[in-house]
Formats: sequence, C-alpha cells, structure tokens
Amino acid sequence: MGKILIRGAKVLGGEPQDVLIDGESIAEVGTGIEAGDAQVIEADGKILLPGLVDLHTHLREPGREDSETVLTGTRAAAVGGYTSVHAMANTFPVADTAGVVEQVWRLGKESGYCDVQPVGAVTVGLEGKKLAELGAMHDSAANVRVFSDDGKCVDDAVIMRRALEYVKAFDGVVAQHAQEPRLTEGAQMNEGVVSAELGLGGWPAVAEESIIARDVLLAEHVGSRVHICHLSTAGSVEIIRWAKSRGIDVTAEVTPHHLLLTDELVRTYNPVYKVNPPLRTERDVMALREALADGTIDIVATDHAPHPHEDKDCEWGAAAMGMVGLETALSVIQHTMVDTGLLTWAQVADRMSVRPAAIGRLAGHGRPVSAGEPANLTLVDSAYRGPVDPAGFASRSRNTPYEGRELPGRVTHTFLRGRATVVDGKLA
Amino acid sequence: MKRHLISAADLSRDDAVLILDTAEEMARVADRPIKKLPTLRGRTVVNLFFEDSTRTRISFEAAAKRLSADVINFSAKGSSVSKGESLKDTALTLEAMGADAVVIRHHDSGAPHRLATSGWIGGSVINAGDGTHEHPTQALLDAFTMRRRLAGGEGDLNGRRITIVGDILHSRVARSNVHLLTTLGAEVTLVAPPTLVPVGVETWPCEVSYDLDAVLAKSDAVMMLRVQRERMNAAFFPTEREYARRYGLDGERMARMPEHAVVMHPGPMNRGMEITAEVADSPRCTAVEQVTNGVSIRMAVMYLLLGGNEPALSTPSTTSTTRTEESK
Amino acid sequence: MDATPATPARPVLEGPDIARMLTRIAHEIVERAKGAEDVVLLGIPTRGVFLARRLAAKLEEITGRAVPVGSLDITMYRDDLRLGPARTLARTDIPGDGIEGRVVLLVDDVLFSGRTIRAALDALNDIGRPRAVQLAVLVDRGHRELPIRADYVGKNLPTSLRETVKVQLAEEDGRDAVLLGVKQDKQAQAAQAAER
Repeated sequence: MGKILIRGAKVLGGEPQDVLIDGESIAEVGTGIEAGDAQVIEADGKILLPGLVDLHTHLREPGREDSETVLTGTRAAAVGGYTSVHAMANTFPVADTAGVVEQVWRLGKESGYCDVQPVGAVTVGLEGKKLAELGAMHDSAANVRVFSDDGKCVDDAVIMRRALEYVKAFDGVVAQHAQEPRLTEGAQMNEGVVSAELGLGGWPAVAEESIIARDVLLAEHVGSRVHICHLSTAGSVEIIRWAKSRGIDVTAEVTPHHLLLTDELVRTYNPVYKVNPPLRTERDVMALREALADGTIDIVATDHAPHPHEDKDCEWGAAAMGMVGLETALSVIQHTMVDTGLLTWAQVADRMSVRPAAIGRLAGHGRPVSAGEPANLTLVDSAYRGPVDPAGFASRSRNTPYEGRELPGRVTHTFLRGRATVVDGKLA
Repeated sequence: MKRHLISAADLSRDDAVLILDTAEEMARVADRPIKKLPTLRGRTVVNLFFEDSTRTRISFEAAAKRLSADVINFSAKGSSVSKGESLKDTALTLEAMGADAVVIRHHDSGAPHRLATSGWIGGSVINAGDGTHEHPTQALLDAFTMRRRLAGGEGDLNGRRITIVGDILHSRVARSNVHLLTTLGAEVTLVAPPTLVPVGVETWPCEVSYDLDAVLAKSDAVMMLRVQRERMNAAFFPTEREYARRYGLDGERMARMPEHAVVMHPGPMNRGMEITAEVADSPRCTAVEQVTNGVSIRMAVMYLLLGGNEPALSTPSTTSTTRTEESK
Repeated sequence: MDATPATPARPVLEGPDIARMLTRIAHEIVERAKGAEDVVLLGIPTRGVFLARRLAAKLEEITGRAVPVGSLDITMYRDDLRLGPARTLARTDIPGDGIEGRVVLLVDDVLFSGRTIRAALDALNDIGRPRAVQLAVLVDRGHRELPIRADYVGKNLPTSLRETVKVQLAEEDGRDAVLLGVKQDKQAQAAQAAER
C-alpha cells in the first residue's frame, strides 16, 4: 500500500491542512507537506472526519439476504462515510451464540469495506426469557462488547438486571430497545393527535420512557453501564438528563430520522415512514436536537433497517418497520445539526465516531486525526446539495424516507486503515 | 368531488349536500315498481372485502345493481388473498379486469388511501370502512337520516346537536361522523368512558363528555355505537353491566331526551349492552331506516363518482341549467 | 354549459306570445283528449316543469277540473352521460294516482334532437304503463336525430345548427321570452361542418 496525501482538508472543520497517509496509518498532519511519491487528493476545503462508527446497523445476514447482506450493507456504510458498524443481533438465526457472531464477524472481514462488529443478543432467540451465552460471545473471535435484543425490549426487569450485572465481567454493555410491550400492542405509529385522526394503533411515548426510567435506575442500583437505543421522545431526553446528573453511567443514541421527520408524514399512509420507534412530533424532534447538541444524547446511530420492496409496497398495517440510513445519515446530520448551528464538525466527529467507538470499546476507530493513528478517515463535501436518489444506493434495499428530498453534504472519500473504500463518491 | 371517497374529511359542505340531495332522488326510485336505473350500464363495480361485513357488502351491491352496474364480489376469505396475495396484486388483478370502481373494506386503517394513491388501479376507490379510521358512507347515511328526521330532508344540519356514545377509540363510524356532521354545521359531542376516547381527541372539532346523562337533554340525535364485548377483556371497562349502566341507552334515559330527538345505531346492535330492546324497538330508533337509507346514499355516491366522465362538480345547485341545448 | 352567444341573443317571442301559445295548446288538448279527463302532465326539468304547471292551470280554467301535474327528470336516462362530469339530478315527482292507464303528456320547452324525449320515454317505462304518451313543446327548432315528433307545438322555429334557442320563463329567469342567438366560433364551425 502506497502513500496518499490529502491536501487542503479542513480537519474536523478547522483550518485547511494536509494529511499524509502511509500504509494503514496517518504519517503526518500539517501544512505544506511534500507529496513526494504519494497519490494526491485535492480536498479543496472539504471536511475531514475520523471514519464514522455506527452502533446500530441491521445487516440482515444471515437469514434475510433478500434485504441486505454483510457485503451490501458494508458497501452502503462505506458510501455513507462509515468505517465501522455494529451488526444487530436480530438475524435468522438470531446472533445469540458464539457461532453466529463469529460468522457475521468473518463475513465483515471478507467484505473489506467496513469493519463489522457483531452485537450479541441479550436473551436466547430475543425472547426475553433466558440469558444468551453472553460470555461465550465475548470470548469468541468476534469479541462482542455490545449486547442487545433490539427489535424487542428486554422487558423483564429481572432479566434486564441480571444482564446489566453479568456483562460487567468483560466490560460489556446492554443496549436497550426501550418499548414496554403491553403498552404497544398493535402499535402502528406515535400515539397522539395524528394517530387519533388516522385510526392507527398508538405507540405512546410513555412506553419508551417508562422502560428508560426503570433501566437507568437498575443500572444505578447494580453499578453497571447501560446504553439506550434510538431515543425518540422529549420525555426520554429528560430522563437521560436526570440520570446523567445523578452520575448514572448511561449513554444514549438518536437516529437521523428522529432528528428530522415527524408523525405528520404518516398522513400519507406511505409505509416508508413506518419505523420503530415511530416518528414523533415536532416538539420531540426539537428536544432530541437540543439533547444531541448539549451531549445529553451521546451519539447518532442509524438504525439502518433494510427491507425488500414488497414489504413497503403495501398497506401500512402489513408493512415492515424501519428505514435504511447509512447512506444518508451524515447528510441528515449536516442538515439538522450543522447547518442549523447546533453542532460544529468537531462535535459531529465526536457524536458519530469518537463516542460510538468508546461505547463499543473499539480500539482502532474514533481516534484523533493525527500522526500515528489508524487511517480511518472520511472526507465530506459539505457544499454539495442534491436530491436523494435511492436508485443509486449501494444498499440492497431502497426504503429511504428521503427519496427526492434535497439534502446537503456528500461523502467523497472513505479510508479504511489507509485503503480508499470510496473515491469521488463511488465505491472503490 | 374528488375522484375517490376515502374520508369524510375530504367532503366540502357543498359536496356533502349534493350527495344528500342526490340520495333523496335515489330514494324515490325505491318506491317505484321498477327499482332500477340504466345509469351505470356497462360499468363494473368491485366489492373488495378483506373483512366480513355482509350488511355493508349487500348494501353496496344493491346500490350498484339498482344503477345497472356489473357487480363483482371479491371476498378475501377463501380467496388468494388469504393465501398471501398482497393488496397490490389483488388491485392489479382488478385493474386488469377493468374495474371502474373498487369498494374496499379492509382491516387496516389507510388501506383504501393506499389503494387510491399507489397507482395500482385507475378507477375510483370507495372506502367501505378501513380499520379504525373511517367509514364515510355510513356517516353520509347517518346524516341523511338525521336530515330527514330533523331538518325536513333539505339543506344541512346547521345547529343540530348530535351526541355519539360508545367506543370512540375503535370506531371508524365516529371518526367519519365527527368530520361530516361538523362540515354540515352540527355540534357534535362524544360520550364514552375515558378509556375509549383516543389520546389526541382534543384537536377534533367536537366536545367530549364522560357523562351521558348530562348531555341527553340537549341532544337532537343520540347515536349509539356498538361496543364489542372483547373490549372488556382488554380492561377498557370492568364489566358489561357497569358499561350498560353508565353508557347504555335505556327507556328511562330515552325519556329524558327532547321529544323530537331520535336514537341512531349503525348496527349490528348489542341489545342489553349499549342499547336496551325497549329503545331499539321504539319508533324513535332509526336503525332500520338507516339501513334503507344506506342503499340510497351508496347509489348517490356511485352515481356522482361514476355517472359521468369525471366526478360531479360540487357547485351549489343554483345553476340548474345542466342540460345542453345540443341534446334537447 | 349553454353555448354563450357571440352576438347578443335576440328575442323572437315575448311574454304575451308565450301566454297565447299555451292557451292554444290547452284548448287543443281539451279538444283532442276529449276533456282531458285522464291526462297527467309531466314537465321535464327545469323549464318544462314550469310550462306543465302553467298548462295545468289553463286546463283547469277551461275544464273546471284540477289536472294532475308532476315532473320527470331524465338525467339518469341520458345517452351522453359519459360526455361530461356527473350531472346534478332534478326532482322526479309523479302525481299520487300514478300514470298507469292514463294519458301522459310530456312537456318541455324546446324540441331539438329528440334525445331528451327518448330518455323521457325510457324513464316513463320504469315508472308505469300509460295508455298513451303525448308531447307538448313551446318551440320546435327542427334538426331531429331520432324519429320523434311533438303532438302540440307552440311555435315551429326553423333554425340553423349555428344558432341557439333559449327559453326564459319568469319562474326561473325573471321574464318570459324565447331568444335566438349565434354560437361561439369553434362550435359554429363544427356545426357548419355537420350541416354540410
């Protein structure tokens, strides 16, 4: 592998600098670096960030390869500027054994576009009844640190308590999908003004908030850390804020779509807007943006959830929940957080790379852009504006809520340990 | 009018009055020796029912047949739909058969909206009840019945006070009626135990009360909704007896209604639950009339949607010179 | 939807002419229908209904007996329904004793192609079986497209297809008149083409 010189990039949005990559690492960061025999990329004022890290991706393999595979999912991740993704456990079979997590981990290695860090299921078959072999998954080649029954809530308080306690032995973390199951039976969308009118089953905010409240108290009681997936309500933000002020070791994520879209879109009955947790209200969106800005919410996670066309080209009630997000995440964050002045690019790097890597205990990601660090980098053309065209997605699925919507920013280059996975916006 | 009838909220006052006026004319056909009009000859109307509802289906069927349309009944039970064929594939089949209108009853809220906007079919879509969303022809026949009983069969329902009692949360009839009756100038009050009122109801253009006795005396019409006994098991109310005592309409309560006030029920009735036999069988109860009126309303809707090369223009009837010189 | 005349329509008949013609028609009815004993008048909306009511009043004056009068809307029997948006219906109002075995006298303002009367005959067929059906019109402007003729005519008014005939009645229009106008260009050209 040769040398690459990225010339004139605004590192973390600062003054233009040159970054020299040698092999798998960053060799030098400064101004006026001689190109020598290095291949030169004229950054021309583009933003250089550490490679993005997603703590919440559904790669669907094994089991639902018709919607995504590890290969197509990691290609989508690379296009979106990601160098590492955490693959959620709700596959078929469920990633609840060392065998399955190692298989996913190995497929990620083979893909070469993006590191894949498997997430292990908390309970066997995601059924919430019996702890999966958390230790074995950690001890496997996949070295699992994050455990989640995502898609389902670990609703049994005792199982949740035990899981929180058990993973302390190997510095693991439970990522909770907070959804009280009884309060969300038959739920189709946010419960409120719009659901009342549309006659769709309501998913009340309290079903999320009550579980978060319980879990931060459990985490405090047993002295564990806990991570909350995809916060979607203003009330959840308040609970996390309170928990952090008490010193509870809780981290939280928000998805790009919950920072932009509201339940008003459901009036179209277009299932592309059907997602779990559901799109909430304008007030929730604003509270989530503020919380991400002030650090109450630690990270952005995509909850990239690919679904085949037929699972969305149907009536609302029959449609699958979820949206793809890897390839639009950074654009949505620029649109909702950077262009609005809520976050600097340095803070974007923090929320989308540094902190997710820290929560997942990833050693080689979310590092500073400085000499000696692994060359996991993302170059962003923040001046770009253009409509989202799902036909051009690297993901196998097209279920984006942004089709045709004009969004800012585009990843032009992604480097995974010094190797370009994306060049000029296209897969290398 | 729009090309489809999906929601009562889509109807303007003029649209609604035009439908009611047209239904009045259709009702006269029922009194004739030959209850049939040639108007929709050669048109095909498909009744696409994903949910059992013999009453609604035969009402639409009778309406279409009286207008001489060809009627195809497509019931999801025992058909390819229950074997996993999607709504989309079913729609494409109907389109290939040349359906001019699809009357759809579906267990999912929004399915008719989806059918109308997805581009799967070219014909008109008439919502015959979707999930817990809307049932616009039911609201129209209710309004028609009230207009006959309370407003001399003309104009709108301006200032009339209508009380709707029962399972508002799960009722498509209530949702459509709130929209339509308000459009027609009526004042609507919903009465239910708080568990059966949707969160978010505060934006609806109506009042909400938990006390039936407080509103009876000032109601021109009281519409009793069917309350499914299964709701009790989901803890919406403790027992049938308690529900009937607090929210059921019995003779004693009916006696406290104004003399001219009517009792309505969309059927089928749970006698002894939301309504006692005494009330159901009294001349003040319009349940049977509502069924009769349902056919007239559905004829009117089909005529106005399919009777021309495009749906009727809902200009107020002051410009009555619709006949062209050429055709005299 | 009436063709808007390019040149102002000119009255060819005024109120007194119309009154005179209706009186004459009433006398003819009494004479031909032998006292008009079993006659039922059915006006075709909109203006045929007013003419039917006027005729009924005159018949009552002459015979001293009330004559049943009603209206017959033909909208849903039209053969051109698919040429425009769905049309607003008018009232059909059959007098209490019905039309079974009676002489039904259809009344309309202008007789032109004959298609309205064809539709009216179809509509009648669904209502009952009259002993006979007759037709009275205020103006017959010619250009029949069906084998239909009127039994009573107020005035034969030879017209070209480029012209429009418009009957105004006090009940609807505030005055009584028959107006002759000329169609707009496009339609006129089409009409001329048809005449050739």
